[in-house]
Amino acid sequence: MKTSFDAIIIGGGILGVSTAYELAKAGMKNICVIERRYLASGSTGRCGGGFRQQWSTEANTRLAIRSVRRLEHIEEELGYKTEFFQGGYLILSHSAEETAQFEKNVAMQRRLGLDVKIVDRAEAKKINPYLDVDQIECGTWCPTDGHISPFLLTQAYANAARRLGAEIHLWTNVTGLMKKSNVFFVMTDKGVTYETPILFNCAGSFSRTIGQMLNVEIPVDPYRHEILVTEPVEKLWNPMIIDFGIGLYARQEHSGGVVMGMGDPNEPVGTFVGSSMHFMFEMSRRFTLLFPKLGSLRIVRQWAGLYEMTADAQPVLGPVDEVENFYQANGFSGHGLMLAPAVSELLAEQVLKGKPSLPIDDLHVRRFRGKQEFHREKSVV
Amino acid sequence: MKIVCRCQDITEEEVIAAIRQGATTIDEIKRLVRAGMGPCQGRTCRRLVAQIISRELKKPAGDIYPPTFRPPNRPVPFKLIMAEYGEQLEAEKKAAEKAAEKAAKKAATKKPAAKGGKKA
Repeated sequence: MKTSFDAIIIGGGILGVSTAYELAKAGMKNICVIERRYLASGSTGRCGGGFRQQWSTEANTRLAIRSVRRLEHIEEELGYKTEFFQGGYLILSHSAEETAQFEKNVAMQRRLGLDVKIVDRAEAKKINPYLDVDQIECGTWCPTDGHISPFLLTQAYANAARRLGAEIHLWTNVTGLMKKSNVFFVMTDKGVTYETPILFNCAGSFSRTIGQMLNVEIPVDPYRHEILVTEPVEKLWNPMIIDFGIGLYARQEHSGGVVMGMGDPNEPVGTFVGSSMHFMFEMSRRFTLLFPKLGSLRIVRQWAGLYEMTADAQPVLGPVDEVENFYQANGFSGHGLMLAPAVSELLAEQVLKGKPSLPIDDLHVRRFRGKQEFHREKSVV
Repeated sequence: MKIVCRCQDITEEEVIAAIRQGATTIDEIKRLVRAGMGPCQGRTCRRLVAQIISRELKKPAGDIYPPTFRPPNRPVPFKLIMAEYGEQLEAEKKAAEKAAEKAAKKAATKKPAAKGGKKA
């Protein structure tokens, strides 16, 4: 078995496999992805599957626009069906304060070239006839947002990366890291030690632990977010609906089930991914509040995953100051899947060309060093 | 053509194709081809999928990583949950109102003492 590689990526989620693919596509040989369990077994495989370009910070919006442009052609590029669907995103406002923030967001997003607009109640009703629009003030609508199957996209990237020669070692847990004269030694529970000059930390919720192994502080904390899906029914609506006021998101997936989740501000830090009765109760309340006609829909399954949060809800990206050639792509705060296609490309450019085609300096981990206050991304459920 | 998952219409060939792509567990197959995602939650296909993995990978069925069993046990409509949770919320609301009323009454009768306490 080969144990010496030109680049090793820790984490077989969407970030890990897409980075492997981009590196291989740019001509790098000998790449290995090390995954603790199986592909997309962490946050990626448990996410809501949406992609959107409507963000409150410029950095996120730029990355997201680029990502969606990439996703539009990803099926042809990777040669794999992914359930990619541009059904749009409708984000709802309940108060004058929220509306003011949305107006600011839309102005910024339009300046960056995004097709997005404020819609009134009547238009929102047209976009989603099941919505109780009397409760909302207005909404923002972007028709090029949408959703995709996280499993299939991960598998698509993994298959393409393998075709280009990258290796993916599953069921292998990294237990220790060491750097000696420009070589990283990656120790695993399989008893195998890997060697590489370039190391990527795409370990999602476990990124802080991986960083600690090299004495680098990665300020990423996991929080459990729960989600449920209903029985498959005929087409109800196309877009993903987000409501920050009530605190929920809901979309109808390709096979007909409605997937929905919510944020819980009382959730403690931790890697527990069990399900709770409280979520089922509270999610039912919020969903039937916004969609009173859909009370007869049946819940089929609920599960949970981890948001890997940073203090400003934006990712940690690029190199670190403390250890050379140790690259980060983590802390995506619940939107890794949708940013991955752009981020992995930029990261590969940073590593192989020294300069990415879109600056990512703002997302360097040093922004957290010795600081308490951050300009936080507001559009997070 | 043999149907493995009745809820989602998944055939044996589709399951084998997923194994060829590298899947070794029931959960991976569920995620790739949706076998076990339907209303019965894999009650029918879980064992069949395990058998196919065991046969294809020449691995004893006992060595196959077990899938996660997720709630609810049976499909439940939202309004049924709300019938119970709505009552619970109503009771909580009433209890909170009562407690607030009690606290307000207490504060009204003890006002001078509380003020004195704050000064000290």
